Amino acid sequence: MNAMLRVQDIHFKYGAVPVLSGISFSVGEGELCGLFGPNGSGKTTLFKCCLRFLHAEKGTVQMCGEDISQCSIEHLARVVAYVPQEHRPPFPYLVREVVLMGRTPHLGGFFGVKRRDKEIAMDALAALGITDLADRPYNHLSGGQRQMVLMARAIAQDTPILFLDEPTSALDFQNQMRIWEIMRDIAEDGKTILACSHDPNHVAWFCDRVVVVGDSRVVAEGEPASVISEEVLRMIYQDACSVRTLDGVQMVMPRCVTDRHGARERWVPGGERRETQLSIGVDVVPQNYQNYGETR
Amino acid sequence: MTESTGFKQFLTNLGYDHVEGFGEGRKIAVLVALAVLLFVTACIAVIVGAYDLTIADVYHTILVHLTLGDVTALPKLHNTIIWNIRVPRVLLAASVGGALAIAGAVFQGVFRNPLVEPYILGVSSGAAFGAALAIVFPAIFFSIQVSAFAFGALAVAMAYLLARVRGETPVITLILAGVIIGSIFAALVSLLKYIADDTALREIVFWLMGGFYYATWNDVILFVPLVLVSFFVLWALGWKLNILSMGDEEARTLGVNPEKYKIVVITFATAITAFAVSLVGIIAWIGLMMPHASRMILGPDNRFVIPASMMMGGCYLIICDTLARTLTTAEIPVGILTSILGAPYLCYLLRHKGKVIFE
Repeated sequence: MNAMLRVQDIHFKYGAVPVLSGISFSVGEGELCGLFGPNGSGKTTLFKCCLRFLHAEKGTVQMCGEDISQCSIEHLARVVAYVPQEHRPPFPYLVREVVLMGRTPHLGGFFGVKRRDKEIAMDALAALGITDLADRPYNHLSGGQRQMVLMARAIAQDTPILFLDEPTSALDFQNQMRIWEIMRDIAEDGKTILACSHDPNHVAWFCDRVVVVGDSRVVAEGEPASVISEEVLRMIYQDACSVRTLDGVQMVMPRCVTDRHGARERWVPGGERRETQLSIGVDVVPQNYQNYGETR
Repeated sequence: MTESTGFKQFLTNLGYDHVEGFGEGRKIAVLVALAVLLFVTACIAVIVGAYDLTIADVYHTILVHLTLGDVTALPKLHNTIIWNIRVPRVLLAASVGGALAIAGAVFQGVFRNPLVEPYILGVSSGAAFGAALAIVFPAIFFSIQVSAFAFGALAVAMAYLLARVRGETPVITLILAGVIIGSIFAALVSLLKYIADDTALREIVFWLMGGFYYATWNDVILFVPLVLVSFFVLWALGWKLNILSMGDEEARTLGVNPEKYKIVVITFATAITAFAVSLVGIIAWIGLMMPHASRMILGPDNRFVIPASMMMGGCYLIICDTLARTLTTAEIPVGILTSILGAPYLCYLLRHKGKVIFE
């Protein structure tokens, strides 16, 4: 498979503090790759190095086979789109205008914005089911709504690679699932996505690959079933997690919760009706974790 | 109905694509209306003045000049008052008002702050120092205007260089640098006031209040083309300015190099501000109010805010200047009027629209 994104041996320091020391990984075309790691492990810094907000002191980043340090900002914006975590612009741009801004790398001419661009922007809003927000001022929306709008903007930008910085951090449960499924759909369309997340379950359920970053290096990399294991989680979260399998779906649960319930009666939500498939340990690899969308 | 589709057809012919829902048709209609308003205001302003002239006299004189007719046949007094005093004065007021308002819109966008005015980087203090220097030492600095422009531009350049760290100019550093440079020049102006003799002191104070007393065709010929060129450049960058106002990182990911475009728009906005200040002194509030008012009518999209601000700024300054020269027998410095008329508007903004505009 073509590696659309290839990060090689990135080193970065803030002053004297090393944040990234020798990070390497690659993401293939059409893959949804999760970037997972604890607070302060350098996920955002890695993003910023990849997007050239920061200059890595060593190492290269290639996108679509091009070394990004050779690309102009204008060109890079046609290759990679970025969904930032949270921000609030000072002016009350309408949602449709914010999404239209995603078309900027494709614009030219004096007035620039063509009918086609406006239609693409509206289609992106429709794809996320937030057409009703189109005429609301963007900076009056809730954090979750703003995240959805930024997602729509990235879709409108129509780039082969998307970077998402915790795209579901401010969303409610339903919208979290919606965003992850939309990311799956986008990846299925052949686009490459790198999304960082703090939820090991989301990463395990929806991603094709996972890169786990901890202590300024890559701790583990590969398929979520093998990477999101107690062994790896212990390296970054000490003893906080236990990994179980429920109905063939892998679940990471806080150990304090499993211990409490395990001590009581080994009760599993919904487990009364079905055959309980509760197993402890990492050697049970669920076969259908990747077909999440189809099992329902 | 037919008229509205005709209008849309006209715009489509110009290369503008209409899509329902973006409300751009309405915004363009508002821009056209503002242009008409500016024209009408200017036409009325040339009629009124201290010396009573009939409307027919005024337009006849202007018409003769515009059609390159026989100027010598006109009464000499009419010709002087209308063509050599009122017309350049109105044109200069319109272009200075427009320039300050454009610069205000641009600075507010770049600095991502709707409370910024064009003097934020120290143009006004620099120019004031330059002017005061030329007034106190006329032998060394022969022209007040050149000196004011040079020091105004110098102040901004100093602020920009002071704020530039490792190839980047973060907004907050830039604003602080502007404050620092501004206060240095303000202190130097005070020093000059202190050592100036009475006549010079009077002149400095008068200059600082701003006014169009000495407007001539020379000023108009120099300034109007500069404003028009800057306007078209900045207007063409309107969409990029929208992106810049989202922040540097956003701009980068959307393919707009923030450092490159910041320097371009700041250069143009500073050039017109410094030139305006050097011609007519420091006129406050226009650069802050007009972009606000435009945003209230048209929303924050700079492709519309920039032209709307220019035309509203032009109108406002024509009105203020006309009041300044007609309200009393002696002329009132226009800077005082723009402030007195502007303050209630800002109070209104603060009380009623504060939430929408500032949040």
